[in-house]
Amino acid sequence: MTNNNNIFKPFSVSLFLFFASLFISSAIYAYDPDNKSTEKQAVGAAKESASEDKKFNAGELIINHITDSHEWHVMGEGEHAIALPLPVIIYSSETGLTAFLSNKLEDGEVYKGFKLIKNDIVAVDGEGQLDEKASAKLWDFSITKNVASLMVSIFLMLWMFLSVAKAYARNPGKAPKGMQSLLEPLIIFVRDDIAKSSIGEKKYKRYLPFLLTVFFFIWINNLMGLIPFLPGGANVTGNIAIGLTLAVIVFVITVISANKNYWRHIIAMPGVPIGVLVLLTPIEIFGMFLKPFVLMIRLFANMLAGHIIALSFFSLIFIFAEMNTAVGWGVSIFSVAFTIFMGMLELLVAFLQAYVFTLLAAMYFGTAVEEHHHAEEHH
Amino acid sequence: MELVKPAFGLIFWMCVSFGLILFILKKFAWTPILNMLHEREESIQNALDSAEKAKEEMKALQSNNEKILADARTERDLLLKDARDIREKMISDAKGIASKEGERMLTIARENIQNEKMAAITELKNQVATLSIEIAEKILKSELSSDEKQKTLVNTLLKDVNLN
Repeated sequence: MTNNNNIFKPFSVSLFLFFASLFISSAIYAYDPDNKSTEKQAVGAAKESASEDKKFNAGELIINHITDSHEWHVMGEGEHAIALPLPVIIYSSETGLTAFLSNKLEDGEVYKGFKLIKNDIVAVDGEGQLDEKASAKLWDFSITKNVASLMVSIFLMLWMFLSVAKAYARNPGKAPKGMQSLLEPLIIFVRDDIAKSSIGEKKYKRYLPFLLTVFFFIWINNLMGLIPFLPGGANVTGNIAIGLTLAVIVFVITVISANKNYWRHIIAMPGVPIGVLVLLTPIEIFGMFLKPFVLMIRLFANMLAGHIIALSFFSLIFIFAEMNTAVGWGVSIFSVAFTIFMGMLELLVAFLQAYVFTLLAAMYFGTAVEEHHHAEEHH
Repeated sequence: MELVKPAFGLIFWMCVSFGLILFILKKFAWTPILNMLHEREESIQNALDSAEKAKEEMKALQSNNEKILADARTERDLLLKDARDIREKMISDAKGIASKEGERMLTIARENIQNEKMAAITELKNQVATLSIEIAEKILKSELSSDEKQKTLVNTLLKDVNLN
């Protein structure tokens, strides 16, 4: 019974976070259509006269920062922007594999029959017109900002954990030192408080490498996202593709390792009359898919919201500065203070999201491999 | 909608890099780290257990020592008691022998005294008899020294016969 209680507590916390994130993300979506229209206006205005003072557009700035991009923006605006060009890799059944640096596509230029429209690479015909049929056949394997950031964090993780593993091999049975003593409590935390308590003493070892990797992957990518300059700053974990991939992996592992007991509970819950089963079974099957879906949404929405809030506070400075420079300076004090506060909160959220994702994944694995007698306890 | 539309390229690279890092870390980091942690935890547990065992052994040893000490003490008491008993017995024995000897000597002395006394009495009696005879002789001599006195005696004797 104590086990049940243990599971319930973090679950209610995560439930709360889930609703909180839903609330925040719904606020973003409410903001979104407004963005679109102002974006169009801004683009139109820019086309009319480039020399004219461009109005500061917070929505555009935020969207540009949180979406993926083919270049890694460092600083500056418009003509003076400094950005790191990233490799574009395109595969098409007609033209085969094409690779070049993204600066070839700068300012809407056409290169090798490709053109960049709003972060999407499309195929164009000889006259520079959009070729929709060819575009549909393109597979974009580009190293985008998120992919590059992903690789940076992966190299960071490899360096961290391989050096820690080496430290363990160098002085076996000794007290941990340096990086070891930073990571060891976390590794033990994931092992004892996430894997062992949710999956059970007998079977947790099989899932531990995955859980540890997921935990540190999410946590380190979250932290990288908090660094505002080059090696970080990309909104990796706040991108739905990352959450999707992780959630699908969790789903696949759950389904593969599921035992007879798990399937029996989904298809025909024992001890439930047939009349109710007609209703319950579709819900259970739906729930099977809903669980990883919720994992994806939670991670995506939380991290996205963090980025948006931090950027919004900074945007406030410029919005007020446009009205009056002095007001801008005045607001900047509060904005910076709030951003620091949010940064602290985001540090916590970065860890919390990694923890919640890992814990819930472990709980799904736990229900998948749960033995019969244990299941009876819950009824 | 761009935010919620997963990009194919990112998913592809995510799969590749996550799979790669999962494989590498599992093989070269998690397995050795977790093994080492397990080993260390076990060795710490063993050290604690053996410390506990040593403590218990010490305790057992201590109680054993105490037992030995107590045994020694009771044995010492026993020995002392024995010695005391023996001493008392010896004294009482000696006392018994001495009193017996004294008694015997007293009896002998008493007997001797009696004998001496009897001998003395006999001798005295003999002396007295001799003396009496001598006295009687002397008296008789004096009584019978004159005729007159012989006559008186005869008379006296005759008077006595008359009385009968």
